Parts: sequence; structure tokens; C-alpha cells
Amino acid sequence: MTVQDIIKPENLVYQKSKLLTNKPFHYCPGCGHGTVHRIIAEVLEELGVGDKTIGVSPVGCAVMAYDYFDVDFAEAAHGRAPAVATGIKRVWPDKVVFSYQGDGDLAAIGTCETIHTCNRGENITMIFVNNGIYGMTGGQMAPTTLEGMKTATTPYGRKATLPAGAGFDGIPNNGYPLHITELIARLPGTKYVTRQAVYDPAHVRNAKKAIRKAFENQINGKSGVNFVEIVSNCNSNWKMEPVAANKWLVENMLPEYPLGDIKVDGKLVEK
Amino acid sequence: MTEEIIIAGFGGQGVLSMGKILAYSGIMEGKEVSWMPSYGPEMRGGTANVTVIVSDERVCSPIINAFDTAVILNQQSLDKFESKVKPGGYLLYDPNGITKKPTRKDIHIYTIEGAQLASDMGNSKVFNMIILGAFLKLRPIIDDKNVEEGLRHSLPERAHKLIPLNMEAVKVGKDNVKQA
Amino acid sequence: MGELKLMKGNEALAEAAIRYGADAYFGYPITPQSEVIEYLSEQNPYERTGMVVLQAESELAAINMVYGAGASGKRVMTSSSSPGVCLKQEGLAYIAGAEVPCVFADVVRGGPGLGTIQPSQADYFQNTKGGGNGDYRNIVLAPASVQEMCDFVALGFDLAFKYRMAACILSDGAIGQMMEKVVLPDQKPRMTDEEIKAKYPWAINGRKNGTQHRIITSLDLDSAKMEEHNIHLQKKYKEIEEKEVRYEMINCDDAEYVFVAYGSSARIAQKSVQLGREAGLKVGLLRPITLWPYPTKAIDALIKKGVKGFLSVELSCGQMIEDVRLACNGRVKAEHFGRVGGIIHTPEEVLEAMKKQIIGE
Repeated sequence: MTVQDIIKPENLVYQKSKLLTNKPFHYCPGCGHGTVHRIIAEVLEELGVGDKTIGVSPVGCAVMAYDYFDVDFAEAAHGRAPAVATGIKRVWPDKVVFSYQGDGDLAAIGTCETIHTCNRGENITMIFVNNGIYGMTGGQMAPTTLEGMKTATTPYGRKATLPAGAGFDGIPNNGYPLHITELIARLPGTKYVTRQAVYDPAHVRNAKKAIRKAFENQINGKSGVNFVEIVSNCNSNWKMEPVAANKWLVENMLPEYPLGDIKVDGKLVEK
Repeated sequence: MTEEIIIAGFGGQGVLSMGKILAYSGIMEGKEVSWMPSYGPEMRGGTANVTVIVSDERVCSPIINAFDTAVILNQQSLDKFESKVKPGGYLLYDPNGITKKPTRKDIHIYTIEGAQLASDMGNSKVFNMIILGAFLKLRPIIDDKNVEEGLRHSLPERAHKLIPLNMEAVKVGKDNVKQA
Repeated sequence: MGELKLMKGNEALAEAAIRYGADAYFGYPITPQSEVIEYLSEQNPYERTGMVVLQAESELAAINMVYGAGASGKRVMTSSSSPGVCLKQEGLAYIAGAEVPCVFADVVRGGPGLGTIQPSQADYFQNTKGGGNGDYRNIVLAPASVQEMCDFVALGFDLAFKYRMAACILSDGAIGQMMEKVVLPDQKPRMTDEEIKAKYPWAINGRKNGTQHRIITSLDLDSAKMEEHNIHLQKKYKEIEEKEVRYEMINCDDAEYVFVAYGSSARIAQKSVQLGREAGLKVGLLRPITLWPYPTKAIDALIKKGVKGFLSVELSCGQMIEDVRLACNGRVKAEHFGRVGGIIHTPEEVLEAMKKQIIGE
């Protein structure tokens, strides 16, 4: 059997989405961004909206998402992607607009834009990739960093308050992991709020379904933010092998950030 | 000709709208005009004032410190602006509520019983037009027909039926201004 | 002739945006320019022309909404006052880098910090010298009347789209708050989506039938490409310096001494010229209308014609004077005079300053 025999169209079982460019991802091997990009591109292709989609990339590891998606894209200032997306959607209400942000971007410097965009009920899709750390700047503490987690700026582990001893215990220190997704789910402007993961094929399928719903809602609706959090990894800055990082994610991130729908069709999901 | 006027009183007395009608009337008279309100925290606490300049030439600064005429509608404004009238200038005030009368000897001081006359006319809302009439008697810088045009431009369409009443108030003001 | 109205500068700016056919306004209230968003909200422009008006959660959000909507090819405006314009500098640097057209107005109040809400011209540096990061410029137009507040909206949009950059309308609390007569232009239709797509192929508003996607970004990690991009920007700025300088000269033909003043200070200096001429002094006024690009060549020409000194009159402690001195390059005397803190100089004291600081008694 030759290569020519193998690449016959009838043998095709999987191909890269047409809405991804041929540019190789710069993401670290094992990083969740690549998978999230892929399933977003697949959903947009399946929905047939490649020609009417405008994406907004963040500042962070995904800053150059615009190079990978073959749809129109704007690169936003740090934390401002929801405002940029608002600006675009307000003047092109028939287009499909999405923002793509990490935890530092969406939940620290851009908290104000996140909350108010959600509260206004902009009819957009917001993708939030949460790996509990600043990736691009080299592994500093994020608002979503777990308590006790070591980062470049919490080298002894994140401590919400100063530890016991020397009489400092109880004094505020790094604060607590921020559950921004639960927070915005409480706002009447959000329509669909869910938390997913992409560390194994089953969860990738679930995440894709959620992203599809988040885009379908936008296409079929007039208002309401559709918000998908993806709990992801950062094996480089967590300083782990990719497999170990995914195991750590399941054991440590998921108890703090449990997966599942939080709000569906504008109604909070009863737990 | 340049006439620099300050109109000052309580919020709700129609100070800003009187200024606006005066400025619009000035435009109808073919003059250059400016209208500059006090703004920000200065307008909190119930006082309002506006500087109106009507001139044959382009107005240079809309914010000025000395006035040809001060139109004063409460005690606070009298305290604040009596000293700002240029020597030989005019001070017109409504004595209603004034306990400390103006004392300057180098300016012309006149009164108009605006609140009382408006009440006599049965419509407190024409108060500011009575004051405007009194001002125009002292400083006849704009013709009545242009005041009427000014009203037409500054009032919304639905209020145009009130223009004759407002012009009547202007006349009442003109007829009742008194030297203090 | 258009419609004659008595309007505040801030209202004229807002009405002009509707009549120009602007697509959106994103803003945040701050004294002394809140009338802009209040007027727009009251006018229901969405019903009048389809123009979007949105009160953002902050100046930061507002300028980034402008960035997004401008990047998509629509005509977008924002406005603020000094401390609010500081917050917009982040977005303005991105707008410059990504070459997004837009118009913003700064109705200046006194500073630094919270300062005062009274009129000032102390944002000259902030707007003409940058304020955000990187080597960039904004076109800066300085209205001196309510009429120009209106007219410069159209001029600003035309220039912004011609050169794909931000155009600033640098006003102040006096011009913004005062009412004057203004002749309003006729209503222009907003551009249709098809017209926008045809005219601005760079804009991100959805690819055409699977064509190459468009990207609006200020980022390039490849140094060679980033240098090339900067050289491209500088070339554009150079062209603007050649073609877009605007100014007004009053009584300059035979002038020996010239006031240089913009915006509300120019109105006062114009009166000082009149007073000076009445007193037999050969004084004139150069009123820059574009503060960037600056009318450097006009100053040069005046020196060559025999002007012996310039007085830069500003409601600041001396900002534009630096550009006047650069233009003079030491050849003649150039000094600054100005009141600050919300105090507006009188024509008399401005003339007095000219006599004392430049002419010499």
C-alpha cells in the first residue's frame, strides 16, 4: 500500500477544520488551547457561519488566536475583549461574535468588562479558558490559582491569608480562587453558562456540545451572553509532564471548579 | 454694542431658560450671543446662574468676571454678584425674599416684583418672562418681535400656544420695573 | 443653508455625529462633557438613523468598544474629559497600532488628577504628544466655537477614515458648556453594510465567500515586521504633516508680534489683537486649527516676513509653547502666558503680557 492509496478521500476518517489556517500552533505540547481552538472551528464550520463570524482574541497565550482561525479577528487590549466584542456586535448584530480569554485576562484585569458585558446581556459567545495561572508571562498567580498552589509570585503556595506564626495569621494575603463563572451566572444578562474540560476525549465531546449550544443560542437569539468556561491545564508553568498535568487537573482543579451546566436558557441549574 | 449679563437665582426659577430665551432673541435680532451656565457642584445646593452676552461682534470669552447688568433673584446671588457689576452698570432684583438690600451707589439699581406679578397673573411659570421684560425695559437691546421669535425657537412646539401669555408677561415686566 | 440653532458645544458635537451618519457612540459620563451622551440618549438616534448609543461601564470599556466597532468599518465616536481621556489612552495606543479609524473628543478640564471641572487647555501634551505607549500620533483638531464643535465632527471622521487613525476634537469646558448659534448640516444617510464592505476591505465584518480572513491587531512579534509597520506609520504621519495642516491668521499681514492661541484662548487673543491695534501695536493672531500636525511652517513664514516675537496664550502652565519654540528654533523670542485652575484670562491681561514679555516697555 502506498501513501497515495492511503490518502484517498474514501479513507478519510478525520480532518482539520477548514476554519483553521495552516499555521502551526505555538502552544506548548499538551496545552488545552489547541483542542479548544479546534472544537470552536469545527462548531463554526458545522454551523456554516465562517463568513459571518468575528472573533476577539485576548492578551495571554491565545493572543495570536487570530493567526489560527480562518475567520475575521480583532486582537483586544488586556482584559477588554468583551468590550471589543460588544462594539462589534452592536454595529453588526447579524454577525456571530465571540471573545476568547484566559483567566488573568477575563477574571483579573478584565473583570469589570466581563461583568458588565454579561450584565448588559450582549448577544455574544464568551469562551473562558481557565488554567489557574498566567501562562504567557511565565507562570504567575492568577485570580483562579488554587489555594496552596505554587506559582512564580506565590513560590510558597497561594495563601488566602498570612499563615500562622509570628503573629501574622489571619491578615489578608493573596485572597481566594475567584469563581467568576458562578458569579456571572447570577446576572440576568447571561443565557447559558457552563463549565467544561478538554483533558480526555469524552470531555472534549461534551465541551464541543456546549460550545455548539453557546453559538446556536447566539445565532437564534437576540440577547444574552453564552459563556463557556473550559478548565484547562498549563503543564509548562505547572512544571509537569502533560499527562501528569491532566491528572493533577482532575484531582485538584475539578474539585474547586466542578464541571457541568450552571445556567441553561436563562435559568440556574439546580444542584 | 456688547451687553454682558448675569442672571442668578434658585434652581426652578427659570434662570437658565430665561437666559436661553434672551440668547435666542439676540440671534433673531442678528446679534452674536453666548450662554454659559454654572455647572458641576456649583449648581448643587439650589442656586443656578447663567452668563449671557449679546454683542454686535464675535463674543470672545463666554466666562467673565464683571457684568454690565446683574439680574438677581435670591439673596445668595445678590451677595455674590452685587460687587461684580461694572460701575455705571445695572442691578435688577426681585425684592421677594431679599432681607439685605444692595448698597452700591455707583450703579443703577431697580426692582421688579416678579413673584407677586406672576401670582397676580395667575401663573407662576411666567415669572422669568416678567423678569426678562423688566430687564428689556432697562436695557432695550432686543425688539419685542425678536423676543417672540426667540420664544418660538427655544420652546418646544407643543408650548407655542403659550407664546402670547409669555409676551403678555414681558409687557407686565416692562410696565412694573421700579427704581430702588 | 442648514438649520440655525442655539446649542451647547457638547450638544452640537452630538447632533453633528447623528447628522454625519455616524454608526455608534460609546461613552461614559464626566463633567463637563456629559451633555454629549445625554443629548444622544434623548434624541433616540437609533430611531432617527440607526445609530447605536451605549453608556459603557468605564472610559476603558468605551474606547475598547470604539476599537471593536471601528475595526469593523463603522463610523464610531466617543468623548470624555481629561481624567477620562487618560483612561482611554490604552485603547488609543491600540487604535494607532492597529490603524482603526475613529473620532474622540476631549472636553478639557483642569488637572492634574481630579483637578477641577472648570475649563482648561492643559491636555495639549496628552493629546498631541501621545499619552499611550509607542511611536504614534493622533490628528488633533481644536474648535474655537460651537460651530466648529459641529463642523469638526465631519472633518474628523473624513480624516480618520482617510488615514485609518484616531482624530481628536480637543475642546474645553467653555466651548463644551456654552451655547452659541450654530448652523447644522443636513442629515447624511449612514453607509450601508455593502458600502462599508466595498469601501473598507481591511475591516473585520465577516469574510467574503470564504476569502482570506482579515486581522486587526497591533501585535507582531517579528521585529523586522514590527519595524516595517512602524516605518509605515511614520510615512503616513509624514504625509499628514505635509497635507493636513490647518490654521487661521488674523491681522498677520503686517504684524510684528503675534499671539499663538487655539480654542477658547484664541477667541480671547483675537480681542487682544483688536485692543492692541487700537493702541497702535502691530499685533496679529495665529490660530492653529490642527494642533497635530502643527502649523510649524506658518510660524516659519511669519518669522521670514519679519515677526519679531510670539506669545503662546494657553489655559495651561505652558504646553503648546514648546511647539512654538521648536518652530522658532531660537530665531525670535517666544514666551508663554496663561491662567490656570479654571480661571480664564481677559483680553486686557493677554495684551499686557505681550507688551511685558515680548515687546518690552
